[in-house]
Amino acid sequence: MGAAEKLVQWNPTDIKAELIKKYPPKVARKRAKQIMINEALENGTPEITANVRTIPGIITMRGCTYAGCKGVIMGPTRDIVNLVHGPIGCSFYAWLTRRNQTDAGPEGPDGENFMNYCFSTDMQDQDIIFGGEKKLEQAIQEAYDLFHPKSIAVFATCPVGLIGDDIHTISRQMKEKLGDCNVYAFSCEGYKGVSQSAGHHIANNQVFRHIVGENDKPVEGKYKINLLGEYNIGGDGFEIDRVFKKCGITNISTFSGNSTYEQFATAHQADLNAVMCHRSINYVADMLETKFGIPWIKVNFIGANATAKSLRKIAAYFEDQELIDKVEAVIAEEMPDVEAAASEILPRTGGKTAMMFVGGSRAHHYKELFDELGMKTISAGYEFGHRDDYEGRRVLPHIKVDADSRNIEEIVVEADETRFSPRKSEEELKALEEGGLKFKDYEGLAPDLEEGTLIIDDLNQYEAEKLVELMKPDIFCAGIKEKFSIQKLGVPMKQLHSYDSGGPYAGFKGAINFYKEIDRLVNSRVWSYMKAPWQENPQLSGTFVWE
Amino acid sequence: MLLRHTPKEISERKALTINPAKTCQPIGAMYAALGIHGCLPHSHGSQGCCAYHRSTLTRHYKEPISAATSSFTEGASVFGGQANLTQAFNNIFTVYNPEIVAVHTTCLSETIGDDLPQIRKKAIKEGKIPEGKEVIGASTPSYVGSHVTGFSNMVKAMTDLAEPTGKKNGKINLIPGWVEPCDMEELKRLTKLMGVGTILFPDTSGVLNSPLTGEYKMFPAGGTTVAELKSTADSMGTLALGEWCSADAARQLDKKHKVPCTVLDMPFGLKATDRFIEALRTIAGVNVPDEIMTERGQLVDLISDMHQYFFHKKVALVGDPDQVIAMTEFLVSIDMCPVHIVTGTPGKKFEKRIREITADMPFEVNVKAKGDFFLLHQWMKNEPVDLLISNTYGKYIARDEDVPLIRWGFPILDRQGHQYFPTVGYKGGLRLLEKILSAIMDRKDRDDPETKFELVL
Repeated sequence: MGAAEKLVQWNPTDIKAELIKKYPPKVARKRAKQIMINEALENGTPEITANVRTIPGIITMRGCTYAGCKGVIMGPTRDIVNLVHGPIGCSFYAWLTRRNQTDAGPEGPDGENFMNYCFSTDMQDQDIIFGGEKKLEQAIQEAYDLFHPKSIAVFATCPVGLIGDDIHTISRQMKEKLGDCNVYAFSCEGYKGVSQSAGHHIANNQVFRHIVGENDKPVEGKYKINLLGEYNIGGDGFEIDRVFKKCGITNISTFSGNSTYEQFATAHQADLNAVMCHRSINYVADMLETKFGIPWIKVNFIGANATAKSLRKIAAYFEDQELIDKVEAVIAEEMPDVEAAASEILPRTGGKTAMMFVGGSRAHHYKELFDELGMKTISAGYEFGHRDDYEGRRVLPHIKVDADSRNIEEIVVEADETRFSPRKSEEELKALEEGGLKFKDYEGLAPDLEEGTLIIDDLNQYEAEKLVELMKPDIFCAGIKEKFSIQKLGVPMKQLHSYDSGGPYAGFKGAINFYKEIDRLVNSRVWSYMKAPWQENPQLSGTFVWE
Repeated sequence: MLLRHTPKEISERKALTINPAKTCQPIGAMYAALGIHGCLPHSHGSQGCCAYHRSTLTRHYKEPISAATSSFTEGASVFGGQANLTQAFNNIFTVYNPEIVAVHTTCLSETIGDDLPQIRKKAIKEGKIPEGKEVIGASTPSYVGSHVTGFSNMVKAMTDLAEPTGKKNGKINLIPGWVEPCDMEELKRLTKLMGVGTILFPDTSGVLNSPLTGEYKMFPAGGTTVAELKSTADSMGTLALGEWCSADAARQLDKKHKVPCTVLDMPFGLKATDRFIEALRTIAGVNVPDEIMTERGQLVDLISDMHQYFFHKKVALVGDPDQVIAMTEFLVSIDMCPVHIVTGTPGKKFEKRIREITADMPFEVNVKAKGDFFLLHQWMKNEPVDLLISNTYGKYIARDEDVPLIRWGFPILDRQGHQYFPTVGYKGGLRLLEKILSAIMDRKDRDDPETKFELVL
């Protein structure tokens, strides 16, 4: 169906009312605060409720703290043995299911890569009754004897927290015993916090506490950065690294796509931190600044224009004409292919509409790609975002800390006695800010969306289905759990957590991939087959007579 | 090498599981519950469990998997999950209006000791469960058994609905175990051909292979109805397919309502299907129709045609106990040699059954219940095989060891069609044979030198 034929009119207030109509009053009240109609942008965005508990019985998109910690943050690091302490399920479900790609090739055929393995203490009922500490200790020893990894990370699952196994002490003792293996633990039980977001925080705290800064061996490179919040789903990180390399930018460490232990350990030597996913990792950026003096800027490598803009930001920061020229040359070289692809596809995608409910920054990032396809984002939201991801960091001082957030440790970092060195002086930073480069800043999703757009936090299955029925988008983006219920409605669903089988979508080449993929999805013939011929025209007016 | 760190030398591991050949109970309970018509599975624990189970089932079946959760946070973990579950019932019946909610526990709610029957009673009293709606519950701690145990526990919980009326219904209960929706459909086709009236439970056909029509139904047309489940107490008898998946429910009906039961192997392959048909014949006192005789003969015919390629080929096999037992027997029956056999689900009976089935093999068979993929891989390094039969996780081993792989079991994440093409019964046997032959011959065509590359094989 072409965009011109489509006559779906809606009023966001009516849609919102319709979404919450069926709920019991208490649920309706709560959900009403998590559904925001984007309006009155000039007066500041209206407030949304986010990062609050999901409602029991309401089918949520969210996962748990363990998923955020082990699955999202630590999962993509190839040479750390990730040992899950708990019954088998948690370990099994996080085993290769996030499409984090990695390349151990540069280290030769024996390059360490434990990502294809799944390690668990597989706790049994006797471990729950009598405690699992001995088993964990033994499992760490067995993993060490078999693989001799440089590091073992231990993850707690729900029952471990309940029975009180002291995973941190065991890890410390095993680290001392083994000598050449850094062992540390994450208290990331699934019931902590209200979503994956708590797990990101727990993971980042421990990475910062136990790994970052462990290796002072100098890293070579003229323009040294870290890329924070990029997980190399479908090879995104590979494409971003390709572009960096072409520009002459040295990416010391990606947190944590295609990463290694040593990359984390040397990350404190970077001169700039570029933050992709604000939600999952703004803590690390802040801590790196406080402890080592490295400033951070928000970047986005999803979308060709966004990539060019982010590269220019990085070049502007280093204030070096050689880099500025190189970046411009790379953009000039890469863009023609992107523009050619866009101009070919735009006539088929222009004017179409999209909805996105993913992650805690992704929905924002992908809006840029849909813009490039001439597609309008009519509703968006985050699975586990906080208010600052919607409304920008300016609301940070006003966010009320509730009991669930208080359970998540905040670590206090101070300037490192010997290694703290501000990369830029106050004056330099101020001058750069005046030139338009914003440090430590993120404006959030809302200002980037049109007025009247429905912004929905922690969307659930019922609302998703209603939204699609009422607003009839040309494409819906979310995760695997949502995929098939949306497609049953005859609307294509693109996974933006794991990208289905596609990717990369980051950088210049990624943008072209995405254009092609969205073209394929919104213009697929399959969506025209929902009704059989006899359903299109059910009235029989006569019989067919064979002559 | 994808699994480059796996050493050939086998060392004993007491505490560390590497690359598990099983997962946890609740996912099995969720799959079983989806086989009841109008049922919303509910996971009593923190929301992550439910999300993981839905994701994994979705990836395998390529269908929407709706399930709710009690969404525990720290407070519920300390004070108990009663308030969360009661609130969940209210929300579920108001918003989704299912016929029945099937609650299963998780490690979390089991460890804190939430009492499902008590919470259910209280919720009924408080009007949170409307009249005419059902709630069943299964205890499925993740630190006991495996996903197979969880499936079995939820099927057993279904028998709680059984209500004898004093009047026999003339049917037999058929418990299929954890098989694909298309397998359940095939079992129904076979019993219909035999003229045997059945209550098949659970029955995910029509639920997890529903058509694409532009409409989304949270509760599609398929599934065993609550009325049918109630009627199971009035059946002539119960046929339970698979000791691990189905026997407990069958024995429960026998114990509680005197419905006699027989436990058979899952009907994969010739002999197990023969025993299944024979059982139907004797229980219902019917003749085997010509159509089924033809199907059987076709399977035997294909075995004889393909025999030359199968004879004494070595196979490594990993999966769930009921399926693996039947598959081992099938492989032996076509003169293949299953040499390494692993299941992740614990149970001494498994090793015993496999030993019996492979007793005549001219070599030592490696078998382990509560083994893992890592051990299987080490065995394969020590004694290579011609074929690996496994779920999708086997593909890493298959590539490293350059062994053809047949995807069979749960989960299959990287191929499609398994939802639609049954592997049970005689027709399922044809499909299995075709898959095995294709895997072996594709490899031969790839590997043969030019001089040996032939048109007619």
